[in-house]
Amino acid sequence: MNAVTPGAIDCDIHPGVPGIRTLLPYMDAYWQDAFLRRGMDDFDLASYPPGAPIACRPDWRPKSGKPGTDMALLTSQALDAFGSRFAICNTLYGGQVAVSEAMGAAICSAINDWIAAEWLARDQRLRASIVVPAQSPHLAVEEIERLAGDKRFVQILMPVAAELLYGKSYYWPIWAAAEKHNLPVGLHAGSMFRYAPTSNGWPSYYLHDYVSQSQIFEDQLLSLVSEGIFTRFPRLRFVLLESGVSWLPHFLWRGIKTWRGVRAEVPWVKRSPAEIIRDHVRLTMQPFDTPPDPDIVGQILDQLGSDELLLFATDYPHWQFEADQAVPPGFPSALLRKVMVDNPLATYPRLQETVQ
Amino acid sequence: MSEVLERQPDQATKLRIIDSDIHPSLRSESDLNPYLSARWRQHIAEYGKLGRGPYARRNTYPRFQPNLARRDAWPPGGGPPGSDLDFMRAQLLDLYDIEYGILEPLMPSNLVRNLELSVALCSAINDWQVAAFTSQEKRLRASILIPFEDPKAAVAEIEKRAGDRNFAQIQVTSRSTEPLGRPRYWPIFEAAAHYELPIGMHVGGEAGHAPTAAGWPSFYIEDHHGLTHSMQCQATSMVLEGAFERFPTLKMIMIEGGFAWLPSLAWRLDRHWEKMRSEVPHLKRPPSEYMRQNLWVSTQPMEEPEDPEDLRRTLSWIGWDRVLFATDYPHWDFDDPRYAFPCRLSESEKRAIFRGNAEAVYRFD
Repeated sequence: MNAVTPGAIDCDIHPGVPGIRTLLPYMDAYWQDAFLRRGMDDFDLASYPPGAPIACRPDWRPKSGKPGTDMALLTSQALDAFGSRFAICNTLYGGQVAVSEAMGAAICSAINDWIAAEWLARDQRLRASIVVPAQSPHLAVEEIERLAGDKRFVQILMPVAAELLYGKSYYWPIWAAAEKHNLPVGLHAGSMFRYAPTSNGWPSYYLHDYVSQSQIFEDQLLSLVSEGIFTRFPRLRFVLLESGVSWLPHFLWRGIKTWRGVRAEVPWVKRSPAEIIRDHVRLTMQPFDTPPDPDIVGQILDQLGSDELLLFATDYPHWQFEADQAVPPGFPSALLRKVMVDNPLATYPRLQETVQ
Repeated sequence: MSEVLERQPDQATKLRIIDSDIHPSLRSESDLNPYLSARWRQHIAEYGKLGRGPYARRNTYPRFQPNLARRDAWPPGGGPPGSDLDFMRAQLLDLYDIEYGILEPLMPSNLVRNLELSVALCSAINDWQVAAFTSQEKRLRASILIPFEDPKAAVAEIEKRAGDRNFAQIQVTSRSTEPLGRPRYWPIFEAAAHYELPIGMHVGGEAGHAPTAAGWPSFYIEDHHGLTHSMQCQATSMVLEGAFERFPTLKMIMIEGGFAWLPSLAWRLDRHWEKMRSEVPHLKRPPSEYMRQNLWVSTQPMEEPEDPEDLRRTLSWIGWDRVLFATDYPHWDFDDPRYAFPCRLSESEKRAIFRGNAEAVYRFD
């Protein structure tokens, strides 16, 4: 264990779903029968092919089975190795991207019950996000209402690229439920692939898909701000998970400039987008996406313009850093407690509630 | 007359500026008729120039000013902004002592769905740029518009214009039906490298894909900013597909797409390429090195950091030798060379950005 991270709150780890059979005990008879009879399996996301290097750091890859599926490994590699006080489980699996609203909802509900029964119940350090079917806002709201009473669920989880931009009124019922239960909304890298991954269509390579996702996070922030979501839902918070960090300053600079030029189009946006985003949006710290140069790391941190934005995360088992270097080189020690403890507790009030 | 016209140019404009982004306009659509066959004139009259958006005669996102233009840019003698050469001389070339300016025509052409029509329109607009502007004004140089979705025809258009010094570059748009690094477009880059013509990648276009991976924004304020993502896509695609590895002398100028995104995109690409280089074994070096080798950026609209020193920092991350000044005349977000930079520039930095870098990219003989 390194000397830096003990006591940290890890805001992004990924337990793996071995396969649909793992989830069947948490489904009703219809869906148990449907998945078995139709031979439906392999709902791993195209955003994270299980064999891809990003999906699992080489020294974390299990000898057999998919990344993140072995609880003993996860406990030792993700929790013990960093001395984490809490870690938030963000499950990435096919329910979030299914074209069928009903099937998507069935998988999401099963994931939530499985996480509660087989992960949260077995390690007091684990917390989880409520995986919701964003394909169907009313079913997503039902799922939030079903689980909001369990304070071990600290966030609502959705993929960053869905069927519509998240500022659209279609999603407002989800935001209302999130605000009502004081649950931040975590947007995680990953796409439903309802549209091409870029405005220019389909790239040839996964690497292009993956890198482009920072631009989808930008698009969602533009949508949320421009549609006035934070005026309509003033207590709503979004957490960008595995979004990268170093793109945020230039995005804010351009956002401020464009808003100054054409704000008359969105008269309800009364403050600078940068102010709104600094108030309502947080980002996990892996990947950070700078060179391993302390000067550049420091300059990006300055440009963020607030020490409240970043949340410590390992992104376990995704491969973002080597050994125990979960914090970018040159990261100021004075900021460590903020990003590892204070900011996560402020972002996830339910973590406070469940501290014994 | 505008306040701008009444001020005396100061020392920033004594550099004999090279402006890499000037938008010429047709006085009326019929200006192209001399360069279009009867078939296409009739086709356009009946069916228009169908692109990939919901409206027959306009783009999807209503802009913020009529013709996107500065309010004072409407020529006193009539016609839309950018259509009157004398007024362009007075309001831009003479006022700021611009030695050379690159025309970037933005009109339905290279993304028209009917590829034969696209070929005809690109060629007609190229003829018109020479007739209406560059043959009458030696300070202006044209761009070779190409029907890039038909690479064979695009190469033919390049070959037709390559020896004509009225043309300074090949122009493509930042939105395309496929990421432009894909090998089907490589004949275009091969011709560009062969004729030593830079490629001006101008922001814009409607290529039929949603502007975001999560669908269609509601507002221009989103789409206008989001266009920078199409630039990032093209830069990423050119690198990862190996186009810059295959054509190392290619010069690609990213015009009107901002530039502050370039360092973080390069960092992000490098970081993840380190782990996933097995997918792109044709790359011999980190992505950032290809970007440094083959990409230039124009200044307008430049991001405005909250701390102006961050603009200097960003420019140094990109490279002071990679940045070309642009006014975007006559558009509403025009940059006046006297006031465009919110940060200090040294004399040598000014010389590089206002003209030296452009001289290294374009041929003006």
